[in-house]
Amino acid sequence: MSGAQFLAVVKPVVFVMIGAALLLVFVRLARGPSLSDRVIALDLIAVLSVGFIAMVAFEADQPVFLDAAIVLALVAFLGTVAFARYLERRAHDE
Amino acid sequence: MMNDAVAAVLLFIGASFLLLAGVGLLRMPDVFSRMQAATKASTLGVACIMVAVAVHFNDLGITMRALAASVFFLLTAPVTAHLVGRASYFLGVPLWEGTVLDELRGHYDLRTHRLESSFAATVPSPISGLGAPLDVHGAAPHDRPRHEDERGG
Repeated sequence: MSGAQFLAVVKPVVFVMIGAALLLVFVRLARGPSLSDRVIALDLIAVLSVGFIAMVAFEADQPVFLDAAIVLALVAFLGTVAFARYLERRAHDE
Repeated sequence: MMNDAVAAVLLFIGASFLLLAGVGLLRMPDVFSRMQAATKASTLGVACIMVAVAVHFNDLGITMRALAASVFFLLTAPVTAHLVGRASYFLGVPLWEGTVLDELRGHYDLRTHRLESSFAATVPSPISGLGAPLDVHGAAPHDRPRHEDERGG
């Protein structure tokens, strides 16, 4: 089996694996007993989305999608830091 | 092509780590274990996928972009994990019932949120319900004198 054939087999498998991971994380986001669980789940959803966008760039042969992935990574970092600050202030007030 | 084979292997490794991160987030017993599963596995998974993209396109600009994204994740994932973990500790999120050691216990000033090593005996843990198992395992030596026979020699 040549490399190109192997790649053609692996690509849909990778999409399914990332999709399954997103599904599992979404279950934790919906169920998560504490607020921290939900914040972690949201962060992981953003990271998985970055991986998914990179895979789309790979599949579509369009490297411009990588820029979207980088921007999503930046925004997700800022969002998680903001959530963490909010959580800590909440702990402080109680 | 050699590139395709390498990219395929890297993609598979990366996707496996991402899937493991998802499984770990769902199956781990408490917030802190979930966080370490999610953070480390997902960082490595995304980095592997980015390297696979760089190998596939085989272009300097795209390689730099993919590397920048990977390095950004390697730098920010520990920061976010630390911030969320710290906030969860102050919130008093319960630890797993099998936990034997809470080394931060008594070292945080709960009013100023500062970490110190001196006032361990005066400040209680924000995590409720951990007192008894910690004492039995001798994991909180600040609270009382330690007896050697309890530790099995």
